[in-house]
Amino acid sequence: MNNLIKGEKHDWEMVIGLEVHAQVKSNSKLFSSSSTKFGSSPNSQVSLVDAAMPGMLPVINKYCVEQAVKSGVGLNAKINNYSVFDRKNYFYADLPQGYQISQYKYPIVGEGKVTIDFKDGTSKDIRIVRLHLEQDAGKSLHDQNPSKTYVDLNRSGVALMEIVSEPDIRTPDEAGLYISKIRSILMYLDTCDGNMQEGSLRADVNISVRKPGDEYGTRCEIKNLNSIKFIKQAINYEAKRQIEILESGGSIEQNTMLFNTSTGKTRPMRNKEEAHDYRYFPDPDLLPLEITEEEIENLKSSIPELPDELKNKFIETYKLSNYDASVLTAEKQTSDYFIESISSDPELKNHAKMVVNWITSELFSLLNKNNFELSNSPVSSKNLGELVKLISSNEISGKIAKDVLEDMFATGKTAREIVDEKGLKQVTDQGEIEKIINEVIEDNPKMVDQYLAGKDKLLGFFVGQAMKKTKGKANPKILNDILKQKLNKEN
Amino acid sequence: MKIDKNTINKIARLSRIKLDDKESEDYIKDLNHILDWVEQLNEVDTEKVEPLSNISSSILPKREDISNDANSSDEILKNAPDKLEGFFAVPKVVE
Amino acid sequence: MLEKSLKKTIENLQNNKISIRELNQEYIDKIKTKSELNIFIHFDEQKILDQVSELENDNSNKKLKGIPLAIKDLFCTKKMPTTAASKILENFNPTYESFVTQKLLDDGAIFVGKTNLDEFAMGSATDTSYFGNTINPLSKESEPLAPGGSSGGSAAAVAADLCLGATGTDTGGSIRQPASFCGVVGIKPTYGLCSRWGIAAFASSLDQAGVFTHNVEDAAILLESTAGFDKRDSTSANIKIPNYYDNLTDDLSGKTIGIPKEYSIDGTPEEVSKIWEDAIKVLEKKGAKIKNISLPHTKYALPTYYIIAPAEASSNLARYDGVKYGYRSDEISSLDEMYENTRGQGFGKEVKRRILIGTYVLSAGYYDAYYLKAQRVRKLIANDFNEAFKECDLIVTPTAPSAAFPLNQEQDDPIKMYLNDVFTVPASLAGLPGISIPFGKDKNDLPLGIQILGKHFDEQQVLNGALLLERSYE
Repeated sequence: MNNLIKGEKHDWEMVIGLEVHAQVKSNSKLFSSSSTKFGSSPNSQVSLVDAAMPGMLPVINKYCVEQAVKSGVGLNAKINNYSVFDRKNYFYADLPQGYQISQYKYPIVGEGKVTIDFKDGTSKDIRIVRLHLEQDAGKSLHDQNPSKTYVDLNRSGVALMEIVSEPDIRTPDEAGLYISKIRSILMYLDTCDGNMQEGSLRADVNISVRKPGDEYGTRCEIKNLNSIKFIKQAINYEAKRQIEILESGGSIEQNTMLFNTSTGKTRPMRNKEEAHDYRYFPDPDLLPLEITEEEIENLKSSIPELPDELKNKFIETYKLSNYDASVLTAEKQTSDYFIESISSDPELKNHAKMVVNWITSELFSLLNKNNFELSNSPVSSKNLGELVKLISSNEISGKIAKDVLEDMFATGKTAREIVDEKGLKQVTDQGEIEKIINEVIEDNPKMVDQYLAGKDKLLGFFVGQAMKKTKGKANPKILNDILKQKLNKEN
Repeated sequence: MKIDKNTINKIARLSRIKLDDKESEDYIKDLNHILDWVEQLNEVDTEKVEPLSNISSSILPKREDISNDANSSDEILKNAPDKLEGFFAVPKVVE
Repeated sequence: MLEKSLKKTIENLQNNKISIRELNQEYIDKIKTKSELNIFIHFDEQKILDQVSELENDNSNKKLKGIPLAIKDLFCTKKMPTTAASKILENFNPTYESFVTQKLLDDGAIFVGKTNLDEFAMGSATDTSYFGNTINPLSKESEPLAPGGSSGGSAAAVAADLCLGATGTDTGGSIRQPASFCGVVGIKPTYGLCSRWGIAAFASSLDQAGVFTHNVEDAAILLESTAGFDKRDSTSANIKIPNYYDNLTDDLSGKTIGIPKEYSIDGTPEEVSKIWEDAIKVLEKKGAKIKNISLPHTKYALPTYYIIAPAEASSNLARYDGVKYGYRSDEISSLDEMYENTRGQGFGKEVKRRILIGTYVLSAGYYDAYYLKAQRVRKLIANDFNEAFKECDLIVTPTAPSAAFPLNQEQDDPIKMYLNDVFTVPASLAGLPGISIPFGKDKNDLPLGIQILGKHFDEQQVLNGALLLERSYE
């Protein structure tokens, strides 16, 4: 695959690393017991600890620690038995303590890797540097009042996992696949809800460009992107910006950038902090975090099948392609749906590819069109299985099945109910089809002559006429066979 | 001299503390004096010594993941110098 | 009618020799006559009487029911404002009660007011307070003396008998040194014995709450009341609190007392050396074994402390930014300007000095040379004590290198002030329990203190040792 972008003068390669911030799925915050619920009224989920009242102290949430360990296992990473919480010191309106409790020298999770799969069936490993636990900040609202910034501390103190990748990513697509994969793993583990719109998963992108084979160039960091689309857009824009500068003889200034989602452009943050000096030091309010091998083993045993394991299982059991299997396992709800569908009838195992297609193309396009999620699909997994069974056993044609699926979607009825009610069952009776073909031949003598004179294309016309008479229910294969047979007899 | 005008400005800025010229002068003098005094720690061989950040020998206690919304926003905002519409208010920030 | 004893006063209350109201009214009257000492930041007669009324309607049998106590104004209290003696906490009314003060309230104590201190507990003379300095009650009229610090207000409140006990906090000597200067008993327990929850933080790895009392028995009673595990403080010790008072004994026969040679420092006044020798003689006479010990890294304790404490403070005090509570400057055309002016105007000179030092020693390029180095030396200091306590049960030293010094000594040299803590800081770095009890006087008839240090969580022996010295001195 060619990953290079054409510049005016020569080709360029992007070098991209991602810092993913994933909100830990938990009831309460990392160091306080206030709720993590999204969308509550301002400052209604703020404890004395979150508001940094004098004398307030942090106490760590056990479940958040376990969630981080599980996530580490999912990223094929080393879990550190000893880690330390540090204070990262800086001033900002939505940082009530004047420091963020994070992990600096000793993160809870060390090196790991994730695999991303391309459409052409190839895949690539992206290395993970580390995963650490930290507190989220509050939220500053700059547009509520002409002269003031408002601060809402509901998010303040919510647990985040920061997952840092090596700069192994080379294209916007890889970045998209990488973040989808991280999201997928965390959702399988149930350690993050993966909701990018609500900001439960967001990323900072580090990007530089270089001539292939050169050293890394100077990088810029684009902050706080909360959709895969924006990540790709931002990377594309930023790479072009950097290439233009370099090609016109300039040099890149290391900068923190913001991405404007409406213009699709990046720009340096206006409020440029002087060289950061976060003065990290171990938080004296907390002791080192120790995790025993036994605790790690216990957590490992509680972990469900992960997307890559499931993917391999699908490939092996159902003879699916790597790509199909990776699409199915991208989200837990999809693979769950697939498993339920395909298990609804023992026969379906032999038509796995058909099941995949009916889920990932037909059903998904209906869901998309109607703004539904798979989780609230009106067509249950079992009902979809039944529909595929009707097709695979030649009871209905694929064409009719599309209409049936739309009906199922609209009414919630089963495929069998709709087929029976509307008499859509495929006509497979040879005698009946023969009778109809005879009628068609009789009704169209001129066409028959033309066909016999060599106009082979007219076969379609006869198929169409016969289908019309059966309201589309004739089994196309039988119809074709008999038609050819009959017409050739006329000769 | 370890602390000069530049350094004091830098650390005052990091600490978000405004100093007037007189204060800067005084602190340059004080801080240099104190830093010279603590230099004596260099006499101690600490090569094989682990740093001690907390004397407590117990292990980090962990709490269960239970949320309770005991604090109302009124309570949290009670002492705020400026609050509006349920928010803390600060001078406008341009990002 | 008033006893200078918490223990006896409890008995008098129980025997109806005095009522809670009479008792507290007498203390209110006394406090009013001593207002020139500037001991209290917050004193409100009505609030005391309200607490009295509440207790009069309370039939339960609480341990400290009706006992008037003074609270260092670093402890957050629901019914009284909390300032940390700083302008930056102007008008701060906590909506919560600190762990320690809540325990005292649960035991029925009455808070007569919030006492003065060095701003955010940073100082050794209670002269860095935004609310002016406190005067040592033992001063002669001609020459006002410092009460020591940082818990100078609490030590002075006990010394002037304006309460039967007071809370303090000790980071590098802030209980023991003012106790010595004011001639009262002051105990700093083991790090982690009393929860830090609700106490405005100075240096988290060192801060520890403790108490001031007229005598050792009272200290045992109050300590028992304030100690205990708190799940909201991750460094709080999960241990069973002994009945210090019931277990008190002045029998130290067979115990070994360590005398560290490094505490004989050049320039220590003769009187201080003398009371130290006297104390050793008394202990020996009472059957304790005296053993010369060595704490080789003692001389490095002060510089170590003056790196670690400011470093932690620089971060702990970052929350005072004019956003959530407290003072906010009027000059606030931008967020950064708001921060810089609020903090520039809201903090006093010594606090700013320590924030600047702390910021410097943590900053890029200096962290290893200063902060990490200090943490390593701290380890060596802690090790010294661990080794020493293998051969002795208690360590006895002077509390401070002098008696109370005159106020308004314009202190040009911060290090000279820091040297006041030379005997108290090492035990703070090691997290050990220590007590200061009055033992002898200097040539001006001012009290001097003896410090007794014990093993971690061995407050009982520390108190026993103190009881023995107290009884021998009387």
